[in-house]
Amino acid sequence: MLLEVRDLHVEFHTRDGVAKAVNGVNYSVAEGETLAVLGESGSGKSVTAQAIMGILDMPPGKIRGGEIFFRDRDLLKLKPEERRRIRGQEMAMIFQDALSSLNPVLSVGQQLGEMFVVHRGMSRGDAKVKAIELMDRVRIPAARQRVGDFPHQFSGGMRQRIMIAMAMALEPSLIIADEPTTALDVTVQAQVMDLLAELQRELNMGLILITHDLGVVADVADRIAVMYAGRIVETSPVHEIYKAPAHPYTKGLLRSIPRLDQKGQELYAVKGLPPNLLHIPPGCAFHPRCPMAQAVCRTDVPPLYTVDEERRSACHFWKETLDER
Amino acid sequence: MSENVTLPEQQGSSDGVRERRELLSVEGMAMHFPIYGGFPFKRQVGAVKAVDGIDLSVYEGESLGLVGESGCGKSTTGRMMTRLLEPTGGKITYRGQDITHAGRRQLAPIRSEIQMIFQDPYSSLNPRQTVGTIIKSPMEVNGVNPSGGRENRVRELLELVGLNPEHYNRFPHEFSGGQRQRIGVARALALQPKLIVADEPVSALDVSIQAQVVNLLQKVQREMGIAFVFIAHDLAIVRHFSERVAVMYLGKVVEVADRDSLYNRPRHPYTHALLSAVPEADVDSASKERIRLEGDVPSPVNPPSGCRFRTRCWKAQDKCATDEPPLVQISGNREGHLTACHFPEDPTTEKTGADIVLDPALAQLEKTADTE
Repeated sequence: MLLEVRDLHVEFHTRDGVAKAVNGVNYSVAEGETLAVLGESGSGKSVTAQAIMGILDMPPGKIRGGEIFFRDRDLLKLKPEERRRIRGQEMAMIFQDALSSLNPVLSVGQQLGEMFVVHRGMSRGDAKVKAIELMDRVRIPAARQRVGDFPHQFSGGMRQRIMIAMAMALEPSLIIADEPTTALDVTVQAQVMDLLAELQRELNMGLILITHDLGVVADVADRIAVMYAGRIVETSPVHEIYKAPAHPYTKGLLRSIPRLDQKGQELYAVKGLPPNLLHIPPGCAFHPRCPMAQAVCRTDVPPLYTVDEERRSACHFWKETLDER
Repeated sequence: MSENVTLPEQQGSSDGVRERRELLSVEGMAMHFPIYGGFPFKRQVGAVKAVDGIDLSVYEGESLGLVGESGCGKSTTGRMMTRLLEPTGGKITYRGQDITHAGRRQLAPIRSEIQMIFQDPYSSLNPRQTVGTIIKSPMEVNGVNPSGGRENRVRELLELVGLNPEHYNRFPHEFSGGQRQRIGVARALALQPKLIVADEPVSALDVSIQAQVVNLLQKVQREMGIAFVFIAHDLAIVRHFSERVAVMYLGKVVEVADRDSLYNRPRHPYTHALLSAVPEADVDSASKERIRLEGDVPSPVNPPSGCRFRTRCWKAQDKCATDEPPLVQISGNREGHLTACHFPEDPTTEKTGADIVLDPALAQLEKTADTE
C-alpha cells in the first residue's frame, strides 16, 4: 500500500464549539490506483487530504487521533523537516482554484523551476529548461514563448494545467487533486481530466481525486469512497457503486441526478440539510435524512460492514439498501 | 425545403396543442462593454463583445434554457432581458412594448413582472435585513398591497417555498445555502411575475440540495404558469428543467431547439461537443463517443471572423472564416430547431422520427433508461 489512513480524527476549535470535521476515516491507495473521495461541502474530504499533505491549519485544526502511513512511515510522527522533504517530492497536491494557488507576481516558469531549484539543487538556467519541458508535457502551446508569462495571462484551463505540471514536476508517487475541475467549463474540464488520467498512468502514481461531482469520477476512478459528516459511509469499486449503491446516502445522490428518462418530472431529492459539524446527530449521522432510518440508527453508530470482498457500507441496513432498487 | 434554408421562425414545439403567445423577444440584441485605455487621455480602445446580436423569444409560461461556457454571454443576456443592463444594440420587446431603452418611469410597471433569481445565495441577500423585510421590500417598492396585508403574503410565500413562516424575523446568515436560495425564490415570487430569469440558481449548492431547489422551481413554474429563462452551464439540469434550450457561444446563439431535438440530434458541432463532454454518472456508457475540443474560448474582444466557433471546430472550412452562418432552420431539422452552421452535423433520417439519435452514447443511455 502506498498510503493508508487509519482511524483519522480531526477537529476544529471554533468560537461556537468544537467542529468534528473528520471522525475516524480509513482509506488506502495503492500505486497506480485512482481513489475518488466523494462528498458534499463539510463532509471532511478536503480536511482529510490536508492532514495527509500536512498543510492543515493548526490551530484551529487539531489531529485528535489516527495514523497516516505513507510507504510504511507514519507521517504524523515525522519531524516537520522530514515531512517537508516528502511534500512536493513524494506527494503533491492540485487545488481547485488555480489562480489563487499560483503566485501572481512570479512568472509560471519561475514557479515551476523553483521545484527543481529547491528540491534538486539545480541552477536557475537548468530549472527553466525543465519548466519548459513540463509545460510541453501538459500541452501548453508555445511553451518556450510562454514560460515567462504570469498566471493572469493564462486561461483557467491552462492554469490548471500548470498546477498539474507543478504537481508532476518531481514525479511524486502520490497526487491529491482537490476538486481539480470544479471551476472549469465542461469542455475544458474534459481536457484536464484526460490529461490527469494520462499522466497518472504514465507515471504509475497513486491519485486521490476529491470531488462532489459523481459524473467526473465515473470515467477515471478505480475505487470510490463516499464521505458524509466526517466519516466514510461507503467504499466500493466504481462499477458496483453506480449499479447498486449499498448506502442510502450514495443512493440518494445518484438518484438526484437528472436522468434522461424522467425529464420534466420531479427530481428525487435527499430531504433535509447536511449536518452541522458542531452537533453531529447521534448514531448514524445520516439518519435524520434517511428514508430507511429505524430506531437503531438513532442510537448506534454503524460500523463499516463488509458487503463483499471489496465493498464496505456504514449502514445497518445495507442489505435492504442493496436489494431495494 | 430549398437546399439548406427555410425561414427563421421560432414557433416552438410541434405539438400545437397550446397556443403560445410571445412574452418577451429580443432581436439582434447586443452588449458591447467599452474598454478604456491610453495616456494621458482615456478613450475607448475597444469593446468586449459580450453579446453580439442574438435573437430569442420567450413564450408565456414556458421554460427556456440558456446554456454555454463561462464568458459566452449567457448571464449578460439574462441581465438585459430583465433590463438590469441597457443593450448597446438591437431591440427588446416585452408584450409588444419596446423596452430596449425605456427609462425608469416607463419600466416601473414592467419591473414587477420580470424578476430575477441570482446564482450566489450568499451575496444576493442583504445580511442586515430580516427575511421578512427582504421578501416584503419588492412589494413596498412597487406599492403592492395584497389582500390580507404584506406580512401575511410574506408568510404565505415562505410556506410556498418550503420554509417555516415562523422564520419571518430571522436573518440570512441563519440559513444554509439551499434555504437562502429559497428565500431568493420567495422574493422573486413576491410580485407575481410573468417572467423569472434564473441565473445559475443551483450551481452554488451542494448536490443533494440542488435537486430540492430544482423541484421547487419546477413546481413554481408549472403551478403558477411563470415563464422561466433558466441560465446554467449544467446540461443535465437544463435538460430536466427546460422545454426549449438555446446554446450560446461567444456572444451568439448557435443553436436553439426544443429539448428532445437538441439533446438527441444536435446539429451544431459545438452543441455536439458540449453534450459529449458532459461526464455521466454512469459507468456503462464506456462506449461513449467523446469529442474533445482543443483550446479555449477565444477572446470576446476580438472574436474570430465568420463563424466564431471555427477556431475550435473540426469541420471548419474556408467559408466559415468569411461568412457568418445565419441562425436558421436547416434541412432535416424539426420545426423550431434553428442552427447557425454552414456544415452541420449529419441529420438523421426523418422517417423513423424521434427514435434515431445522433450520438451513440446518448442512444446507449436512452436504452438503459428505458429498460429500467
